[in-house]
Amino acid sequence: MRVGVITFPGTLDDVDAQRAVKYADGEAVPLWHGDHDLKGVDAVIVPGGFSYGDYLRCGAIARFAPVMQEVIEAANKGMPVLGICNGFQILAEAHLLPGALVRNHKLHFVCRDQWLSVENNTTAWTTRYDAKAEILVPLKSGEGGYQANEETLKELEGENRVVFRYVGENPNGSRNNIAGITNARGNVVGLMPHPEHAIDALTGPTDDGLGMFLSLLDTVVKA
Amino acid sequence: MARVVVDVMPKPEILDPQGQAVANALPRLGFDGITAVRQGKHFELEVADDVDDATLAKIAETFLANPVIEDWTVRRVEA
Repeated sequence: MRVGVITFPGTLDDVDAQRAVKYADGEAVPLWHGDHDLKGVDAVIVPGGFSYGDYLRCGAIARFAPVMQEVIEAANKGMPVLGICNGFQILAEAHLLPGALVRNHKLHFVCRDQWLSVENNTTAWTTRYDAKAEILVPLKSGEGGYQANEETLKELEGENRVVFRYVGENPNGSRNNIAGITNARGNVVGLMPHPEHAIDALTGPTDDGLGMFLSLLDTVVKA
Repeated sequence: MARVVVDVMPKPEILDPQGQAVANALPRLGFDGITAVRQGKHFELEVADDVDDATLAKIAETFLANPVIEDWTVRRVEA
Protein backbone atom coordinates (compact mmCIF):
# COMPACT_ATOMS: atom_id res chain seq x y z
CA MET A 1 0.00 0.00 0.00
CA ARG A 2 1.49 3.34 -1.11
CA VAL A 3 -0.09 6.41 0.48
CA GLY A 4 0.71 9.94 -0.63
CA VAL A 5 1.01 12.57 2.09
CA ILE A 6 0.90 16.14 0.82
CA THR A 7 3.09 18.93 2.17
CA PHE A 8 2.05 22.53 1.51
CA PRO A 9 3.99 25.54 2.78
CA GLY A 10 2.73 25.71 6.38
CA THR A 11 1.74 22.06 6.75
CA LEU A 12 2.60 20.71 10.22
CA ASP A 13 1.32 17.17 10.55
CA ASP A 14 2.68 15.54 7.41
CA VAL A 15 5.40 13.68 9.34
CA ASP A 16 2.92 12.23 11.84
CA ALA A 17 0.62 11.21 8.97
CA GLN A 18 3.55 9.47 7.27
CA ARG A 19 4.36 7.72 10.55
CA ALA A 20 0.74 6.55 10.87
CA VAL A 21 0.89 5.08 7.36
CA LYS A 22 4.05 3.19 8.33
CA TYR A 23 2.39 1.89 11.52
CA ALA A 24 -0.29 0.41 9.25
CA ASP A 25 2.42 -1.33 7.19
CA GLY A 26 2.07 1.11 4.32
CA GLU A 27 4.68 3.06 2.38
CA ALA A 28 4.34 6.81 2.86
CA VAL A 29 5.05 8.77 -0.31
CA PRO A 30 5.75 12.48 0.25
CA LEU A 31 3.89 14.70 -2.23
CA TRP A 32 4.78 18.36 -2.68
CA HIS A 33 2.12 21.02 -3.27
CA GLY A 34 3.70 21.91 -6.62
CA ASP A 35 3.66 18.31 -7.93
CA HIS A 36 1.62 17.61 -11.03
CA ASP A 37 1.32 13.88 -10.46
CA LEU A 38 0.49 11.56 -7.58
CA LYS A 39 3.41 9.16 -8.15
CA GLY A 40 1.13 6.16 -8.54
CA VAL A 41 -0.13 6.12 -4.94
CA ASP A 42 -3.17 4.10 -3.82
CA ALA A 43 -4.53 6.82 -1.55
CA VAL A 44 -3.81 10.37 -0.42
CA ILE A 45 -3.77 12.04 2.98
CA VAL A 46 -4.13 15.83 3.15
CA PRO A 47 -2.66 16.55 6.59
CA GLY A 48 -3.16 19.27 9.15
CA GLY A 49 -1.38 22.55 9.69
CA PHE A 50 -1.73 26.06 8.35
CA SER A 51 -1.28 25.78 4.58
CA TYR A 52 -0.33 29.13 3.08
CA GLY A 53 -0.61 30.67 6.55
CA ASP A 54 -4.41 30.24 6.54
CA TYR A 55 -4.45 33.43 4.44
CA LEU A 56 -7.80 34.43 2.90
CA ARG A 57 -9.62 31.42 4.44
CA CYS A 58 -8.27 28.13 5.79
CA GLY A 59 -7.63 25.91 2.77
CA ALA A 60 -8.75 28.48 0.20
CA ILE A 61 -5.33 28.85 -1.44
CA ALA A 62 -4.17 25.25 -1.00
CA ARG A 63 -7.27 24.11 -2.85
CA PHE A 64 -5.79 25.59 -6.06
CA ALA A 65 -2.29 24.06 -5.65
CA PRO A 66 -1.21 21.91 -8.61
CA VAL A 67 -1.20 18.68 -6.59
CA MET A 68 -4.79 19.31 -5.49
CA GLN A 69 -6.00 19.29 -9.09
CA GLU A 70 -4.64 15.73 -9.31
CA VAL A 71 -6.22 14.81 -5.98
CA ILE A 72 -9.62 16.16 -7.04
CA GLU A 73 -9.51 14.17 -10.27
CA ALA A 74 -8.40 10.96 -8.51
CA ALA A 75 -10.96 11.36 -5.72
CA ASN A 76 -13.74 11.73 -8.26
CA LYS A 77 -12.62 8.42 -9.77
CA GLY A 78 -12.80 6.72 -6.36
CA MET A 79 -9.32 6.99 -4.86
CA PRO A 80 -9.44 7.04 -1.04
CA VAL A 81 -8.62 10.53 0.24
CA LEU A 82 -8.43 11.58 3.90
CA GLY A 83 -8.35 15.21 5.03
CA ILE A 84 -7.35 15.86 8.63
CA CYS A 85 -7.96 19.27 10.24
CA ASN A 86 -6.54 21.77 7.70
CA GLY A 87 -6.83 18.89 5.21
CA PHE A 88 -10.59 18.73 5.93
CA GLN A 89 -10.80 22.48 5.35
CA ILE A 90 -8.96 22.06 2.03
CA LEU A 91 -11.27 19.24 0.89
CA ALA A 92 -14.29 21.38 1.76
CA GLU A 93 -12.87 24.34 -0.16
CA ALA A 94 -12.19 21.98 -3.09
CA HIS A 95 -15.86 20.89 -3.01
CA LEU A 96 -14.87 17.26 -2.49
CA LEU A 97 -16.89 17.48 0.73
CA PRO A 98 -19.91 19.73 1.36
CA GLY A 99 -20.10 22.56 3.89
CA ALA A 100 -17.37 24.73 5.41
CA LEU A 101 -15.32 25.08 8.58
CA VAL A 102 -15.55 28.39 10.45
CA ARG A 103 -14.05 30.01 13.54
CA ASN A 104 -14.84 28.12 16.77
CA HIS A 105 -17.99 29.51 18.34
CA LYS A 106 -16.19 30.72 21.48
CA LEU A 107 -13.22 32.04 19.44
CA HIS A 108 -10.71 29.98 21.47
CA PHE A 109 -8.25 27.64 19.85
CA VAL A 110 -9.23 24.24 21.24
CA CYS A 111 -6.44 21.77 22.06
CA ARG A 112 -7.46 18.68 23.96
CA ASP A 113 -8.06 14.95 23.78
CA GLN A 114 -11.57 14.53 22.42
CA TRP A 115 -14.00 11.61 22.47
CA LEU A 116 -15.67 10.87 19.14
CA SER A 117 -18.31 8.37 18.20
CA VAL A 118 -17.89 6.46 14.94
CA GLU A 119 -21.18 7.04 13.15
CA ASN A 120 -20.34 5.35 9.86
CA ASN A 121 -18.00 2.35 9.73
CA THR A 122 -18.47 1.64 6.03
CA THR A 123 -16.21 4.31 4.49
CA ALA A 124 -12.80 3.54 2.99
CA TRP A 125 -11.22 4.85 6.20
CA THR A 126 -13.43 3.47 9.01
CA THR A 127 -14.18 -0.23 8.42
CA ARG A 128 -11.96 -1.36 11.32
CA TYR A 129 -14.21 0.35 13.86
CA ASP A 130 -17.29 -1.16 15.47
CA ALA A 131 -20.49 0.75 14.79
CA LYS A 132 -20.95 3.48 17.42
CA ALA A 133 -17.44 2.83 18.81
CA GLU A 134 -16.10 5.70 20.90
CA ILE A 135 -12.51 6.76 20.28
CA LEU A 136 -10.24 9.29 21.98
CA VAL A 137 -7.99 11.39 19.73
CA PRO A 138 -6.49 14.89 19.93
CA LEU A 139 -8.44 17.88 18.62
CA LYS A 140 -6.42 21.05 17.98
CA SER A 141 -8.02 23.73 15.86
CA GLY A 142 -9.22 27.31 15.90
CA GLU A 143 -11.54 27.05 12.91
CA GLY A 144 -13.24 23.70 13.37
CA GLY A 145 -16.89 24.71 13.45
CA TYR A 146 -18.68 22.67 10.79
CA GLN A 147 -21.30 24.70 8.95
CA ALA A 148 -23.68 23.71 6.18
CA ASN A 149 -27.17 24.71 5.15
CA GLU A 150 -30.22 22.77 6.36
CA GLU A 151 -30.59 20.94 3.05
CA THR A 152 -26.99 19.71 3.16
CA LEU A 153 -27.29 18.66 6.81
CA LYS A 154 -30.46 16.72 6.01
CA GLU A 155 -28.69 15.01 3.12
CA LEU A 156 -25.65 14.11 5.26
CA GLU A 157 -27.81 12.72 8.06
CA GLY A 158 -30.22 10.94 5.71
CA GLU A 159 -27.45 9.24 3.76
CA ASN A 160 -25.44 8.31 6.88
CA ARG A 161 -22.56 10.49 5.73
CA VAL A 162 -21.68 11.85 9.18
CA VAL A 163 -18.62 9.71 9.97
CA PHE A 164 -17.62 11.09 13.39
CA ARG A 165 -19.54 13.07 15.98
CA TYR A 166 -18.22 14.84 19.06
CA VAL A 167 -19.20 13.10 22.30
CA GLY A 168 -20.11 15.36 25.22
CA GLU A 169 -19.87 19.13 25.05
CA ASN A 170 -19.62 20.52 21.51
CA PRO A 171 -16.04 21.87 21.36
CA ASN A 172 -16.41 24.35 18.49
CA GLY A 173 -20.03 24.98 17.57
CA SER A 174 -20.19 22.42 14.76
CA ARG A 175 -23.71 21.83 13.48
CA ASN A 176 -25.16 18.53 14.72
CA ASN A 177 -21.89 17.91 16.65
CA ILE A 178 -20.28 16.89 13.36
CA ALA A 179 -16.56 16.10 13.62
CA GLY A 180 -16.15 14.35 10.27
CA ILE A 181 -18.08 13.55 7.10
CA THR A 182 -17.75 11.56 3.88
CA ASN A 183 -18.78 12.02 0.27
CA ALA A 184 -21.61 10.02 -1.33
CA ARG A 185 -19.21 7.34 -2.52
CA GLY A 186 -17.49 6.91 0.86
CA ASN A 187 -13.95 7.23 -0.49
CA VAL A 188 -13.32 10.81 0.69
CA VAL A 189 -13.39 11.47 4.43
CA GLY A 190 -12.59 14.70 6.28
CA LEU A 191 -12.42 15.27 10.02
CA MET A 192 -11.15 17.99 12.34
CA PRO A 193 -9.63 15.76 15.08
CA HIS A 194 -6.27 14.07 14.56
CA PRO A 195 -6.24 10.26 14.34
CA GLU A 196 -2.59 10.35 13.20
CA HIS A 197 -1.61 11.70 16.65
CA ALA A 198 -3.24 8.72 18.37
CA ILE A 199 -1.59 5.64 16.93
CA ASP A 200 0.63 4.61 19.84
CA ALA A 201 -0.11 4.98 23.56
CA LEU A 202 3.52 6.03 24.05
CA THR A 203 3.09 9.25 22.06
CA GLY A 204 -0.65 9.89 22.07
CA PRO A 205 -3.65 9.58 24.38
CA THR A 206 -4.55 6.19 22.84
CA ASP A 207 -3.94 4.15 19.71
CA ASP A 208 -7.57 4.63 18.67
CA GLY A 209 -6.64 6.57 15.54
CA LEU A 210 -4.65 3.73 14.01
CA GLY A 211 -7.90 2.07 12.95
CA MET A 212 -8.34 4.65 10.19
CA PHE A 213 -5.04 3.72 8.57
CA LEU A 214 -5.63 -0.03 9.02
CA SER A 215 -9.08 0.45 7.46
CA LEU A 216 -7.38 2.00 4.46
CA LEU A 217 -5.08 -1.01 4.23
CA ASP A 218 -8.13 -3.29 4.04
CA THR A 219 -9.71 -1.03 1.40
CA VAL A 220 -6.60 -0.98 -0.77
CA VAL A 221 -5.97 -4.73 -0.45
CA LYS A 222 -9.56 -5.44 -1.44
CA ALA A 223 -9.45 -3.12 -4.46
CA MET B 1 -6.67 50.86 -14.53
CA ALA B 2 -9.72 50.88 -12.33
CA ARG B 3 -10.19 50.17 -8.67
CA VAL B 4 -12.60 47.38 -7.84
CA VAL B 5 -13.86 46.72 -4.35
CA VAL B 6 -15.06 43.29 -3.30
CA ASP B 7 -16.86 43.04 0.03
CA VAL B 8 -17.33 39.62 1.58
CA MET B 9 -19.69 39.10 4.51
CA PRO B 10 -20.75 36.02 6.47
CA LYS B 11 -24.24 34.94 5.43
CA PRO B 12 -26.91 36.15 7.87
CA GLU B 13 -27.70 32.60 9.01
CA ILE B 14 -24.04 31.77 9.73
CA LEU B 15 -22.88 32.42 13.27
CA ASP B 16 -20.32 35.26 13.32
CA PRO B 17 -18.49 34.86 16.63
CA GLN B 18 -15.95 37.58 15.77
CA GLY B 19 -18.66 40.14 15.12
CA GLN B 20 -20.40 39.10 18.33
CA ALA B 21 -17.18 39.52 20.31
CA VAL B 22 -16.80 43.04 18.94
CA ALA B 23 -20.44 43.82 19.75
CA ASN B 24 -20.02 42.51 23.29
CA ALA B 25 -16.88 44.60 23.83
CA LEU B 26 -18.48 47.92 22.85
CA PRO B 27 -20.60 48.44 25.99
CA ARG B 28 -17.56 47.59 28.13
CA LEU B 29 -15.69 50.37 26.35
CA GLY B 30 -18.48 52.82 27.09
CA PHE B 31 -20.11 52.80 23.65
CA ASP B 32 -23.82 52.19 24.03
CA GLY B 33 -26.53 51.76 21.44
CA ILE B 34 -24.74 49.31 19.12
CA THR B 35 -27.07 46.32 18.94
CA ALA B 36 -25.18 44.06 16.51
CA VAL B 37 -21.88 43.81 14.63
CA ARG B 38 -21.02 41.55 11.73
CA GLN B 39 -17.43 41.25 10.56
CA GLY B 40 -16.40 40.61 6.98
CA LYS B 41 -13.59 41.26 4.52
CA HIS B 42 -12.92 44.17 2.17
CA PHE B 43 -10.68 43.68 -0.89
CA GLU B 44 -9.34 46.46 -3.13
CA LEU B 45 -8.20 45.28 -6.55
CA GLU B 46 -6.34 47.36 -9.13
CA VAL B 47 -7.79 46.06 -12.36
CA ALA B 48 -6.82 46.54 -16.01
CA ASP B 49 -9.50 48.08 -18.20
CA ASP B 50 -10.07 44.94 -20.26
CA VAL B 51 -11.17 42.83 -17.28
CA ASP B 52 -14.93 42.44 -17.56
CA ASP B 53 -17.58 42.16 -14.85
CA ALA B 54 -18.08 38.45 -15.42
CA THR B 55 -14.42 37.80 -14.68
CA LEU B 56 -14.57 39.90 -11.52
CA ALA B 57 -17.65 37.99 -10.39
CA LYS B 58 -15.85 34.72 -10.98
CA ILE B 59 -12.87 35.89 -8.91
CA ALA B 60 -15.19 36.85 -6.06
CA GLU B 61 -17.30 33.71 -6.19
CA THR B 62 -14.60 31.07 -6.66
CA PHE B 63 -11.76 32.53 -4.62
CA LEU B 64 -12.31 35.65 -2.51
CA ALA B 65 -15.54 34.33 -0.99
CA ASN B 66 -16.75 30.88 -0.04
CA PRO B 67 -20.41 30.98 -1.15
CA VAL B 68 -21.26 28.19 1.30
CA ILE B 69 -20.85 30.62 4.20
CA GLU B 70 -20.34 34.06 2.66
CA ASP B 71 -22.10 36.62 0.45
CA TRP B 72 -20.11 38.97 -1.76
CA THR B 73 -20.53 42.16 -3.77
CA VAL B 74 -18.30 43.62 -6.48
CA ARG B 75 -18.28 47.32 -7.33
CA ARG B 76 -16.07 49.59 -9.44
CA VAL B 77 -15.01 52.77 -7.65
CA GLU B 78 -13.08 55.92 -8.52
CA ALA B 79 -9.41 55.24 -7.88
